[in-house]
Amino acid sequence: MSDPASGTMDLAGEFLGRRTPMQRIQVTLHRYPYLSPLIVLVVALVIFALINPKFILPGNLSFITQQTVVIGTLAIAQTLIILTAGIDLSIGAIMVFGQMVMANLALTAASNATNFGLPPWLAITIGICASILAGAINGFLIVKLSLPPFIVTLGTLSVFTALTLILFKARTIQGPEMPDLLKVMGVAIKIGSFQLMVGVIVMLVLFAVFTYVLRMTSWGTHIYAVGDDPQAAELSGISTKRVLFSVYVVAGFITGIGAWIYIGRTGAASPNADPSINLDTITAVVIGGTSLFGGRGTLIGSLLGAFIVVVVENGLALAGLDQAYRVLAIGILVIAAVALDQWIRKVRA
Amino acid sequence: MTNRITRGRTFAAIAAVGTLSVILAACSSGTTATTEPAAPAATEAAAPAATEAAAPAATVAVSLITKDSTNPFFVAMQEGAKTAAAASGVDLTVGSGKEEGDDAGQIALIENAIAQGQAGILITPMSVNVNEAIKKARDAGLYVIALDTPTDPPDVVDITFATDNCLAGEAIGQWTAGKLNGAKAIIARLVIFNDRMVSVDYCRDNGFLKGLGVDIVDPTIMGDEPTSGKYTTGAGGDYEIVCLEATGANEEGGRKGMETCLSKNPDINVVYTINEPTAFGADAALKAAGKTVGKDVFVVSVDGGLAGVEAVKAGSIQATSQQYPLRMASLGVEAIKAIADGGAPPANTSANGEFFDTGVTLCTEDPQDTVTAAPQENAQYCIDNAWG
Repeated sequence: MSDPASGTMDLAGEFLGRRTPMQRIQVTLHRYPYLSPLIVLVVALVIFALINPKFILPGNLSFITQQTVVIGTLAIAQTLIILTAGIDLSIGAIMVFGQMVMANLALTAASNATNFGLPPWLAITIGICASILAGAINGFLIVKLSLPPFIVTLGTLSVFTALTLILFKARTIQGPEMPDLLKVMGVAIKIGSFQLMVGVIVMLVLFAVFTYVLRMTSWGTHIYAVGDDPQAAELSGISTKRVLFSVYVVAGFITGIGAWIYIGRTGAASPNADPSINLDTITAVVIGGTSLFGGRGTLIGSLLGAFIVVVVENGLALAGLDQAYRVLAIGILVIAAVALDQWIRKVRA
Repeated sequence: MTNRITRGRTFAAIAAVGTLSVILAACSSGTTATTEPAAPAATEAAAPAATEAAAPAATVAVSLITKDSTNPFFVAMQEGAKTAAAASGVDLTVGSGKEEGDDAGQIALIENAIAQGQAGILITPMSVNVNEAIKKARDAGLYVIALDTPTDPPDVVDITFATDNCLAGEAIGQWTAGKLNGAKAIIARLVIFNDRMVSVDYCRDNGFLKGLGVDIVDPTIMGDEPTSGKYTTGAGGDYEIVCLEATGANEEGGRKGMETCLSKNPDINVVYTINEPTAFGADAALKAAGKTVGKDVFVVSVDGGLAGVEAVKAGSIQATSQQYPLRMASLGVEAIKAIADGGAPPANTSANGEFFDTGVTLCTEDPQDTVTAAPQENAQYCIDNAWG
């Protein structure tokens, strides 16, 4: 289509108006990957508010932020991994494992066999460490054994799920059995009739921190480089293996925080918590404009993607539609997002 | 190199044996009389490749197939079956679907039981989608007992050992009517699915409405009743149904569903939940919304797990119908063992004569005269008799 030098020519061409309107949109979306999810989110908010005015009430908006908190937090980890052209199907299983470790270690009920009664801060720390370890196992298998991330995490999804059930006897730990520190993420701060969950604040802080890290640190730049073209990254002196491994470890850490947030969110630690969360995070990241082929995407996009998933579900529920229609809508959004990504990527061709 | 070749051959052999056994199993389940010996033959052929060999003919082998292996209810069921199996010398295989809705997982387990030539199956059927597989098992000579959840229609299995879920729902509905004592009922219903009709789901949910004295129209369909009108049990009064939300019967689903319902109408004062984990999620959402559970709003449920009846004592659930999964499973194992040893099959004992009733108790700290569907006991009694 165009010669190799067109990358620089494109910019000049754009400013000189030598492009069709479609091409201009394509270039703009390529440069700002979070633009399309932002538009989708705004359109969805407006439509749902028009269908049911209750949708836009502060009470419902606080429900939406609360429902986003787990998907959103895990989406940070998933984004980092997908940026390296990887994928983590085990992320939900790691989260459940982490929360069961925390809850069981901190258990205060005397009636239980797995009663360790550790101080809550220690239980949480060990739970997060368990998640980091799980992430490190994924990273080790992917980097050292050179296995595809899809296969590794498909396997560890089963492994971590089974470990949780074996170690913790498939028992749900109820809220009253746990010390308050474990449930602190679920505490709501009232701002008028809007309620801000502590977990939501933590999620937003994590987004801010990792957005900074991705943009401003060499580690962040290396993640993009490895995802974009591992050979080129290696040739320019980046240790792709070290970067990949560290990404899975960091993802494990974020997932551990997610586990803590999840306990706060549901007020319980259940081994059969939210089985669809793996795919929900991937959905959020993909809708958020991050390319599954790696090297392109932003965290702000993933945050928007997570909100879109929740807003669509909540909005359709308030519009009176059954579960099946919500699932249908999300499915269509994913396909649309990937199709859009493919089209945007042609800018480079 | 040689290593790799041998390994290749081993794989080929295993694959061949596996394929053969699947084909034979399919044949044996497709037809009836002639192929019965084929199933054990297939298992024997596959035995060197598989980790576990088929049970010797002398021992009675039974499969327990639950919906999942994490719900404490099914864990209790597995414990009950294991204890009974150990006591009566039955070779027990325990399996389950991966989660609510995993029909395929259950079907595979049923086919395994047929292939191994077991004496019988205890199953909590996921949905009507497993009916065909159950029929194949019975055609192959296995005695099939449905535990907890009857099949639809009920005669797909030989007999059902169950809680009367409709009656369990009715009891909490009657309790609610008594508690409201004429006040308007603004109802949230948190069910498993709202786009699929599963018997445990519609039976409890419609049972609840029936107990309340609402015209439920078709008892096998949820959501076909008028969304507002009058309930007739006890003092009677107006009702309004705010929502019918799918929760997947877990905490997160319960919380999310309750939040959606509160967005639709913040004045909800009655919350029906499919089970206690769902009720815990709903309770968290209600508390976060500033409601006092037990005063502004009544949460009712069905199950009677230990955590659930402790919640009745603590006040986050007002009434729950307790059932007895341990008993279902142990009685089931014993029944199959008895039949295999030449004894008579069990007979139905329920009020409607359709299944073997393992009983239900309404657990509440605040008994109501309106409750006739089940005996009422306080939380401590239920804690002492709880599973999980």
